Amino acid sequence: MIPGRFEYHRPKSLPEAVALLAKLGEDARPLAGGHSLIPMMKLRMATPEHLVDLAGIADLKGIRHEGGRIVIGAMTTQAELIASADLSAALPILKETALLIADPQVRYVGTLGGNVANGDPGNDMPAVMMALDATYQLAGEKGAREVAAREFYQGAYFTALEPGEMLAAISIPVPPAGHGAAYEKLKRKIGDYATAAAAVVLTKADGRIATCAIALTNVGDTPLLAEEAAHILTGTSADAASLARAIAAAEAITEPATDGRGTAAYRTKMAGIMLERALARALARAAG
Amino acid sequence: MNDQTPTKAEREARLQGMGCKRKRVEDIRFTQGRGNYVDDIKLPGMLFGDFYRSPYPHARIKKLDTSRAKALPGVRAVLTAADLKPLNLHYMPTLAGDVQAVLADEKVLFQNQEVAFVIADDRYIAADAIELIDCEYEELPVLVDPSKALLPDAPILREDIVDKMVGAHGPRRHANHIFNWQVGEKDGTDEAFASAPVTVKETFYYHRTHPSPLETCQALASMDKIKGELTLYGTFQAPHVIRTVVSLISGLPEHKIHVIAPDIGGGFGNKVGAYAGYVCAVVGSIVLGKPVKWVEDRMENLSTTSFARDYHMTTELAATQDGKILAMRCYVLADHGAFDACADPSKWPAGFMNICTGSYDIPVAHLEVDGVYTNKASGGVAYRCSFRVTEAVYAIERAVEVLAQKLGMDSADLRVKNFIRRDQFPYHAALGWEYDSGDYHFAMEKAMTAVDYRGLRTEQAAKREAFKRGETREIMGIGVSFFTEIVGAGPSKNCDILGIGMFDSCEIRIHPTGSVIARMGTKSQGQGHETTYAQILATELGIPADDIMIEEGNTDTAPYGLGTYGSRSTPTAGAATAMAARKIRAKAQMIAAHLLEVHHNDLEWDVDGFQVKGLPEKRKSMKEIAWASYNQPIPNLEPGLEAVNYYDPPNMTYPFGAYFCVMDIDVDTGVFKVRRFYALDDCGTRINPMIIEGQVHGGLTEAFAVSMGQEIRYDAMGNVMGASFMDFFLPTAVETPHWETDFTETPSPHHPIGAKGVGESPHVGGVPCFSNAVNDAFSFLGTTHINMPHDAWRMWEMAEKLGLHAQANAAA
Repeated sequence: MIPGRFEYHRPKSLPEAVALLAKLGEDARPLAGGHSLIPMMKLRMATPEHLVDLAGIADLKGIRHEGGRIVIGAMTTQAELIASADLSAALPILKETALLIADPQVRYVGTLGGNVANGDPGNDMPAVMMALDATYQLAGEKGAREVAAREFYQGAYFTALEPGEMLAAISIPVPPAGHGAAYEKLKRKIGDYATAAAAVVLTKADGRIATCAIALTNVGDTPLLAEEAAHILTGTSADAASLARAIAAAEAITEPATDGRGTAAYRTKMAGIMLERALARALARAAG
Repeated sequence: MNDQTPTKAEREARLQGMGCKRKRVEDIRFTQGRGNYVDDIKLPGMLFGDFYRSPYPHARIKKLDTSRAKALPGVRAVLTAADLKPLNLHYMPTLAGDVQAVLADEKVLFQNQEVAFVIADDRYIAADAIELIDCEYEELPVLVDPSKALLPDAPILREDIVDKMVGAHGPRRHANHIFNWQVGEKDGTDEAFASAPVTVKETFYYHRTHPSPLETCQALASMDKIKGELTLYGTFQAPHVIRTVVSLISGLPEHKIHVIAPDIGGGFGNKVGAYAGYVCAVVGSIVLGKPVKWVEDRMENLSTTSFARDYHMTTELAATQDGKILAMRCYVLADHGAFDACADPSKWPAGFMNICTGSYDIPVAHLEVDGVYTNKASGGVAYRCSFRVTEAVYAIERAVEVLAQKLGMDSADLRVKNFIRRDQFPYHAALGWEYDSGDYHFAMEKAMTAVDYRGLRTEQAAKREAFKRGETREIMGIGVSFFTEIVGAGPSKNCDILGIGMFDSCEIRIHPTGSVIARMGTKSQGQGHETTYAQILATELGIPADDIMIEEGNTDTAPYGLGTYGSRSTPTAGAATAMAARKIRAKAQMIAAHLLEVHHNDLEWDVDGFQVKGLPEKRKSMKEIAWASYNQPIPNLEPGLEAVNYYDPPNMTYPFGAYFCVMDIDVDTGVFKVRRFYALDDCGTRINPMIIEGQVHGGLTEAFAVSMGQEIRYDAMGNVMGASFMDFFLPTAVETPHWETDFTETPSPHHPIGAKGVGESPHVGGVPCFSNAVNDAFSFLGTTHINMPHDAWRMWEMAEKLGLHAQANAAA
């Protein structure tokens, strides 16, 4: 449980960090809260020769409004998300999800950017970002670019990030007032990754589901956007038959591993049950 | 007497003796981070050792090349079996009469087995050097399933003892066989079963788990080559035994070995045995002449040093139609892993598994245990229990539930019907033990009333009907367990470790000013010995507990003892403490008689001193007597005031208890909620009720962990799964249920203060209680037994198997 040798860098600005990452190439990894990367290094499953600590970059922190969007700096901690009254009002699902991540000590150090950029299918925020249709603002030697959360995840620990590129901020379109959202997570104990979890963001009009997005956590190599399930529900009154069909459609796209959390069959079913519960809460919260 | 004279009650209160809820004195340093653990000890020039371990569970070592590791700057040595062989240290004796490889000799027998020991200037260099060790293996067929160990074509694991057809416990019938152990009357039991109106048979698998103390196993060896003396600091639950073992295997004379166990961060059986790390640290220090420290990491702890349980217990009961138990039969297949390193008293290959007749008056019984080798880590330690007692209690407490179900009887009523009655003590059990004291009926009645047992059953019946009607997706389970422990090993007539009788000891010195230091052969790992022993002494000596220092763990100063495990400290060293104190009091009486110029028979003891019978104003306090013992010649007495006692207990002690658990299980997710847990413990005389309560909370929490999720699992390839806290279930405060504690008090008749020991009872009684709750919840659907651990996915699988999900979908 002792990592190999590495060089430690602590840039002061985003351009400096980008330049360092470009220079050091594939042997370098950006370090955010470290709760995923450092355990991997201790197990020597990750052996970066350079760590570029982003903690000294003030520009990577903070929550701000930009038009109809909320932009959150990648180095904003889960604790800061929870504490933000602004965020609680505009995007209550973020606080709800952050409170289900690990424990208070981890949340004081763990960051939103680290959670979404690491590509760990066990992380909770990626599914929420997919459901919210967030966009990731990436910084790299060749300049800035944006990638939709829904396009970002390619496989376990594989993302759209190019070598030398890093996540600078997450931009989320603010859902309309009266939207309903929920995140339901089943876990074995405090601090555990999800056995299965589901994020739902929807709006209602005239008693029917007007828009709906659903994403699932830790039941595949990547977070899963359940498009078919959302499509089934859109336009319905969320009647029992539609709900059952949507849940079955969501279960059908899961490919969980059998592990200490349970068999693949169990985890698939739990994804369905988490979705059922998340839908019930999101529907209850939505106006119209 | 004037108004300033403290009353008798005030003087008694000032002592903070037995029965007082005295705050733990050790917590002052622990809660401020000022404990002194092995890893806090830093010696000048200290080096660090770390293991290169096998990635394979069963393989032949074709080539082991350490040259690249040795060439790394900062590496001082790399030890392999080839280095240890000339010293005859490549194997070490185990407590169970087997030998265990210190470093793998030609082949590896379990994943993560120690193959080479790197010694370097710091931990980082050692970890880097491990990556540079080149080892080539030839993989061999892996034996994971113990039921296949004795098949004719099973792969042979222990080539080192393949020709040794008689083991430490008798004949071996296969190369992978360790022992066959039988207790009780086979023929009589078979006859009783043949003619019994009702019989039940069920196989309970008590899964492999691990004690997982907060602090892992560690050692720091420092050889002084000039003086020829070795100082060994370590996480030792039994430091004197370690000293003897080190002397026997190293050839160093025992008086030149100083073993010191400093503060220990939990043991639970993990720190009883001797491990490769201890031996390698010692050898490294002898070879290099520098202190060598070895500290296990969490994964090494969980996957290599001392698992617990792994018993497959086929248990049968015979009974009359109205529920009187006539006989018990139990066959155990015991998976010991690659070496037999069980930490049991020498003559007990399956520990005290023969306590499996439990709290019941069973006329005849037979127990048979086969121990076998598999490609898994070795161990089989008593994890928060006396030797294999958790297994034994689990077997009987599940079996009575299965019997009750077959008879259509309430399981609490079945227990009550078969309890050993108060007037039967001392009770001779069919499998050989003599239970010292108990009042099971009284305890059970108190517990059943406290939880409103009949009311719970009524509620459960209503809930089951509601479930059948589809109105709820929750099932309710009521767990009952009534356990009898056997602790305080033990009488030297039948208990020894490496030939040393399992007595324990106390040495007391009273200083001129009346304060005290007392030393014991036991070693606290968190039990609070510094607090409780002082309370026994306070009552026995009439000296305030705050004026008494308790010291353990330094083999140079402490009297020889066998250490702390199996709830033995209070039954053995606690008794020695009282007995040594009584020697001092006898001498103090002679001194007081001299000072008061009366015959010693004219004196009587009064809380904290002696007074002349009928003349309470004529008295001498222990403080005055202590001073006098140093200050003036007392005719016919030696100066000073000290005593030592080595206590060989006449019998074990038998704590017992009644536990109840109420649990609700969501059949759609398997998620459970412990609504209520009530624990009534009878540990005989209660020394410190607050410490007892803390012990019960801790033991129940570990019982909750083991029964509801904690396991060390191997896949079919022999890979150890879940050996980190990511998967190994350690409940936090959030998951842990609320505990209600209660007690009755039935003193042990043979113990000087009547105390029986309590640290392990809650674990022993708690595990079957949780498991019974789960099994009880499902039983109305036709199940008879569901194996632990009862984590959510397994409960969901059972619900799935029972068709509960299809049913719900059809209804929807």
